[in-house]
Amino acid sequence: MIEFELNGTRVSSDAPEDTPLLWVIRDEQKLKGTKFGCGIGQCGACTVQLNGAPIRSCSTPLSAVANAGITTIEGLDSAQGEALKVAWVDAQVPQCGYCQSGQIVTAEALLKLNPAPSDQEITDFMTGNLCRCMSYTRIHSAIKSVAREGGES
Amino acid sequence: MKRLGDGINRRNFLAGSISTGLFMGLGAVLPGYSAEAAMEDIGTVGASRSFSPTIWFEIDESGKVQVNITKAEMGQHVGTALARIVADELGADWTNVSINHVDSDPKWGLMVTGGSWSVVTSFEMLSKAGAAGRTVLVDAAAALMSVDASELSVKNGMVSGAGKTMTFAEIVTRGDISRSFSEDELAAMPIKSAKARDFIGKPAMALDVPAKSDGNAEYGLDVELPGMVYAHPIVAPTRYGSTITAIDDSAAKSVPGYQQTLKITDPSGYVEGMALVIADNFPAAIKASNAVNVKWSAGATTAVSEADILAEGKSLVDDPGSGTLFVDTGDTANAMQAAQDTLSATYRTGTVLHFTLEPQNALVEFRDGQCHVHAGNQWQSLIIPSLAKSLGMEETDIILHTYYLGGGFGRRLFGDQMIPAAHAARQLGKPVKLVMTRPVDSLFDCVRSPSVARFDAAFSETGTLEAIEHAAAAGWPTQSMAPGFLGEGVDGNGKFDGFSINGADHWYSLANHRVRAINNTLAQKTFLPGWLRAVGPGWIAWGVECFMDEIAAKLDKDPIEYRLSLLDGEGRQAGSSPMQVGGAKRLAEVLKDVRDRSGWGRTMPAGEALGVAVAHGQERAMPTWSACVVHVAVEDNNVKVKKIWQTLDCGTVVHPDGALAQAEGATLWGLSIALHEGTEIEKGQVKDRNLDSYTPLRMADVPELDIAFMDSEEFPTGLGEPPLIAIAPAIGNALFAATGQRVRDLPIRLKT
Repeated sequence: MIEFELNGTRVSSDAPEDTPLLWVIRDEQKLKGTKFGCGIGQCGACTVQLNGAPIRSCSTPLSAVANAGITTIEGLDSAQGEALKVAWVDAQVPQCGYCQSGQIVTAEALLKLNPAPSDQEITDFMTGNLCRCMSYTRIHSAIKSVAREGGES
Repeated sequence: MKRLGDGINRRNFLAGSISTGLFMGLGAVLPGYSAEAAMEDIGTVGASRSFSPTIWFEIDESGKVQVNITKAEMGQHVGTALARIVADELGADWTNVSINHVDSDPKWGLMVTGGSWSVVTSFEMLSKAGAAGRTVLVDAAAALMSVDASELSVKNGMVSGAGKTMTFAEIVTRGDISRSFSEDELAAMPIKSAKARDFIGKPAMALDVPAKSDGNAEYGLDVELPGMVYAHPIVAPTRYGSTITAIDDSAAKSVPGYQQTLKITDPSGYVEGMALVIADNFPAAIKASNAVNVKWSAGATTAVSEADILAEGKSLVDDPGSGTLFVDTGDTANAMQAAQDTLSATYRTGTVLHFTLEPQNALVEFRDGQCHVHAGNQWQSLIIPSLAKSLGMEETDIILHTYYLGGGFGRRLFGDQMIPAAHAARQLGKPVKLVMTRPVDSLFDCVRSPSVARFDAAFSETGTLEAIEHAAAAGWPTQSMAPGFLGEGVDGNGKFDGFSINGADHWYSLANHRVRAINNTLAQKTFLPGWLRAVGPGWIAWGVECFMDEIAAKLDKDPIEYRLSLLDGEGRQAGSSPMQVGGAKRLAEVLKDVRDRSGWGRTMPAGEALGVAVAHGQERAMPTWSACVVHVAVEDNNVKVKKIWQTLDCGTVVHPDGALAQAEGATLWGLSIALHEGTEIEKGQVKDRNLDSYTPLRMADVPELDIAFMDSEEFPTGLGEPPLIAIAPAIGNALFAATGQRVRDLPIRLKT
């Protein structure tokens, strides 16, 4: 049995240690906001945070998160996280929306590391997250708007 | 609860729907598809041709308006656009309007979301439905107020006049809202003038966006049922003709949670040689799939390559007797013979994957003799008959429950992944959740077919363009999946897939123009060709617009000025229907607009240039006029797109920000298909199956975008696909201008 903290709550799983964290979150813990896209860590739809750093949950074995803190879109309640969710609506970012949990979770990690990223820094940080609808310009501008609102740009 | 629409005599509405809404929607947009056939199809899929406000919306006693949406939500915010059409005519308070994405039921009639049809085919009937509802409310209010209906007006959910005001809630609660309309009454239903509109063309937040911004939106993949098991497919080495000869799952038995491996037999013929690995949970199903050893007697296409398919296409387009006549204006044969000079070129495009980010999945449950399918889908009326045939069931016993689609792009026009899930659920007697991992999703994709197009132009002694002969060969999605939608050749000789040749019937005035549509039979039997965003025009325009550039270059003319000289709007290029009004002159206007906005003609640094292309959307019958200028820079044979300008005229824009979002996404799709993504058929299957080698455009690849819409009050046309079409040829033409190298293959890879 492996225990970890999920959005601030202690949880445990009896799944085999090599089970991708994604399926523990989605199918055992029933948090469906984190998505399955490519399964090899290259689309970013499954992005969650491990102790604040963005990771690909589809390629992270359960054993790697023992006793760690995992944050998903559902638990992203920091000031930056809340601001990003509002900015996503204001900028009307999502089209199909499937990648957007991963985008927001990644963006929140960026803003915690760097509250006032430059345009290039936003692009560099976000370019690993595929948006198949290609809403990229709006993702970028939503992040930029939160960064600006943070008053540190 | 009493609702507006209760007690309505549907027989009267029946007549109205055939002569206005549904007839207009199908008969007008499908080349070669008659009104009679459309009506028959509507009858066969549902038998309900009724047209009453309850079909489209309901108003309850609290005044809440719920608009029923039969279109799939896959990123286009379609429910918002459609609800605003209804709400505008109805005079509703937008804050009281909600949308309801409905499950499949025969009463909805034909259910399809594709072809950029949603607004164009719904606009008139939803407007009339809204107006009919407004009339009912006004008349009921007039009776309640004891005033003449002519004194009343409707706005913001209230009926007012003669010093009195009544809310929708009061009228629905107290008034007489039983009403029927004759065909004539419905046809004469007054629709607001553009200036009187409250919602159409005005800013609005999309109703689906909030749930997609906090992880709460529910997609097919997210649905669960008690007692369900997971299934992961192992696909055959060929799409067709493979049969399983042996399944050895001895190694899988040590995987905890593994249950068994099923062999799927599908009488519909869409799923051949598939095994389904069943497990307690999905990770176990994946792990067990890697341990199961399936042996097949393989189909005939195991050795087919992309090069084979393109070679077959080349030999087909070079054979003057092949194909079905799609366009035959003037006497092209004679003009070619009389030519003093000619120009010929062959254009090719490669295989493209849909790569919807949500992989194909389906949860199927049999309950009370009915088959319930939970999955996102774009064309319920297409897959239900296939499921019925495959399962030996009545179509009315198959119910599709809808969810948000994690990408459509035409992939979910077909729902073939539902078939194995349904067989497994029936066999196991429990709900089965089938999920494809990415490589399986790619292998099982109905890809955009490789295509080959040949162009021959004839010139007079004085260098006037006299004729163009165009032959285009590809796999035809419609032939495999919806043969009833094939069109008839213009000479009555043979059929063609309009979705694979649209765009060849362009708006340039040519005295002699001949187009042959050719099915690439090798493509057809190797894979299931699919409708991929922009479908035929997405590859047809690659040849048409690059070849037009070649002609301009040969004649030493400016590419834009030369195009404008051919876009004179004369004769058949004047346009006839409300959707085509203005004809080629509207295309000339968007071209002039983008010319001026892009600074066309200015001096560029070495290795940089502008290129241009135009398009007319998905179908000649419902043009979305587009013109695009692309700024490219070439260094060491690397192509960089620095900026894209695009001007679009889709008539009335219903939901402006949604329209812009679609245009942004489709423009970048066009760029991605031109430069970033693409695969090939290798040994009968797609070669690139995941993001390690299939590489769609990322944020770092996004150029500056400058997209503009023409102000228009004309009939609204489609927008989900058209902005994609002109991008690739504009890039190709810019590369020629920058390097002198003419690129004729898509995706573009410059020769070193």
